[in-house]
Amino acid sequence: MKSTQVRNSLKRGLAAVAATFALFTGPAVAQEPIKIGAFLAVTGPAASLGDPEQKTLELYVGKINAAGGVLGRKLQLISYDAAGDAEKARTFAKRLIEQDKVDVIVGGTSTGETMAVIPLVEAAQIPFISLAGAVVIVEPVKKWVFKTPHTDRMACEKIFIDMQSRKFSKIALISGPGGFDKSMRAECLKLNKKYGIDVIADETYGGGDTDMTAQLTKIKNTAGVQAVLNPGFGQGPAIVTKNYGQLGITIPLYQSHGVASKEFIKLAGAAAEGVRLPGAALLVADSLPASDPQRSVAVAYKNEYESHFKSDISTFGGHAYDGLMIAVEAIKKAGGTDKAKVRDAIESTRRFIGVDGTYTMSPTDHMGLDLSAFRMLEVKGGNWTLVK
Amino acid sequence: MSAQFMQYLLTGLTVGAIYALVALGFSIIFNASHVINFAQGEFVMIGGMATVSLTGSGLPYMLAIPLAIVAAALVGLALEKFAVEPARGASVVTLIIITIGASIFLRGLAMVVWDKRLHALKPFTGDTPIAIAGAAILPQSLWVLGVTLAIVLALSWFFGRTLLGKAMLATSHNRLAAQLVGINVRMVLFLSFGLSAALGAVAGILIAPITLTSYDVGVMLGLKGFAAAILGGLGSGIGAVIGGLALGIAETMSAGYLSSAYKDAIAFVIILAVLFFMPSGLFGKRGGERV
Repeated sequence: MKSTQVRNSLKRGLAAVAATFALFTGPAVAQEPIKIGAFLAVTGPAASLGDPEQKTLELYVGKINAAGGVLGRKLQLISYDAAGDAEKARTFAKRLIEQDKVDVIVGGTSTGETMAVIPLVEAAQIPFISLAGAVVIVEPVKKWVFKTPHTDRMACEKIFIDMQSRKFSKIALISGPGGFDKSMRAECLKLNKKYGIDVIADETYGGGDTDMTAQLTKIKNTAGVQAVLNPGFGQGPAIVTKNYGQLGITIPLYQSHGVASKEFIKLAGAAAEGVRLPGAALLVADSLPASDPQRSVAVAYKNEYESHFKSDISTFGGHAYDGLMIAVEAIKKAGGTDKAKVRDAIESTRRFIGVDGTYTMSPTDHMGLDLSAFRMLEVKGGNWTLVK
Repeated sequence: MSAQFMQYLLTGLTVGAIYALVALGFSIIFNASHVINFAQGEFVMIGGMATVSLTGSGLPYMLAIPLAIVAAALVGLALEKFAVEPARGASVVTLIIITIGASIFLRGLAMVVWDKRLHALKPFTGDTPIAIAGAAILPQSLWVLGVTLAIVLALSWFFGRTLLGKAMLATSHNRLAAQLVGINVRMVLFLSFGLSAALGAVAGILIAPITLTSYDVGVMLGLKGFAAAILGGLGSGIGAVIGGLALGIAETMSAGYLSSAYKDAIAFVIILAVLFFMPSGLFGKRGGERV
């Protein structure tokens, strides 16, 4: 947090010096930069999500500026670390709106942070593109709030469709205490009947829990369970997967898009083999057919990120990429940073190809992705593969 | 049914052994200073994270583990030297608050020195589960149980048979009297931080292959270890071990037989109940001379 702040104040200081300089040296034609505000969980429990998001925003703002900016104006990224804390997110969003006077906000790593900020952006009437998962962010539709990641409801649907095709009708749930875990669990419990699936065991684990064998043993001994679903992100699902292997449970395990990064496979080790989850095409960018419209976007982002940061891509950075690009496109279309015009332009995003899928927003859909944006992936040989 | 029980028991023992190691660290410092060191969890984190980064740079376990333990012990000694000792005259509460500050500082430092991601260590001896009476246990769990046992034995030898250990024990019984018979109580306090940091680091290294490790893994483990120490009676070595095992088993049994949603609540209800009837814990010293 400190470093971003210091950097930001440094930037502001430099900008002030530059501005003074410009005043004294002649006709001031300096164009105001377009200010992109961000609050991300760069540290804290959701850091594995917020960190690639922050890196992606910095990388692409730099790239856009190097290529001449947007509408002849430079982009300025003002980013704060909300550490996954809803209270901090609110404070920083307030600062972005009132003090930094940003033109658009791209951020909100977790659902909790995003939900805390929504009343502020609605009141301030400022376009806000969230990077969090839960469906409650865009449902009911809020005038100024958009989001890029697939929703938890879509993840449930995608998983249930896959289970249906494998003729599973009795499953077990195991989930953690996080906002995303709870929201996805609730969504799945609303949808399961529609797909003819019964949830016959529903276990939970705590925040810093280091062992889930007790819960899994219970599931293992529940008669008739054909598959297990574990919504969540971070440490929990990795331990669940490890324990799953330890207990030698052979029925299929499904995870959510919350663990859709290489890191998960590394952490869970051999136990991750055979785990299925719905994820963005980005994870299998290289194995997409050439005819897939997403291939070029996903491969370009992957190469750019991996060569720049020397670390594996995750879908979370992809959410930030899409959020930034949708905002930039909208500003171009609006011909400036008039907030109402930018908002309308975001809402009228049509067939925009991002790394998460093809976005078509509407007054009733502020996320714009459909189920086709999700691919069912399976871990094979320590890597993601597409389930045909 | 019995296989199920066996699974819960083994899981509980593994989890409990970790709590016990953390609780022992709490007890050693408490004995030397009456301070509850809330940075104990951070020692656990440093052990795990240092081993991750050392093995990541190519060192074998044989070198990385001792180095990580030494590193943690140095951090513990530095904490005593630069944060606790300068405030020597302050009240115990002030010292406790200093350790809370230190824990936040160490967590922040770890975030900068290492990173914010989760890491997994490779298990010491393979990843193939061992079947015991129908229950599956990882070889690493045996390491955890075995090393915990070895440490408990080593500590009881240290406190019962060595001069330094006896000096530490004497200090815990009566600081003033110990000083009067010529024990350097400042040195005892100094060493107690190093010793409990090393213990914490061992715990952190042992569990990293099972539970993963990250810069903030110490928060929850520190809390559970503290609860275990309170349950067993602060300052009692055997209490820390029994408290840790009891807490671990209570957690897994309630997750298995009652409800996983309330397992932490049930564990803490047990602690509250014990403390209600035995305010100084299961093995704590009776009497009110400790204020």
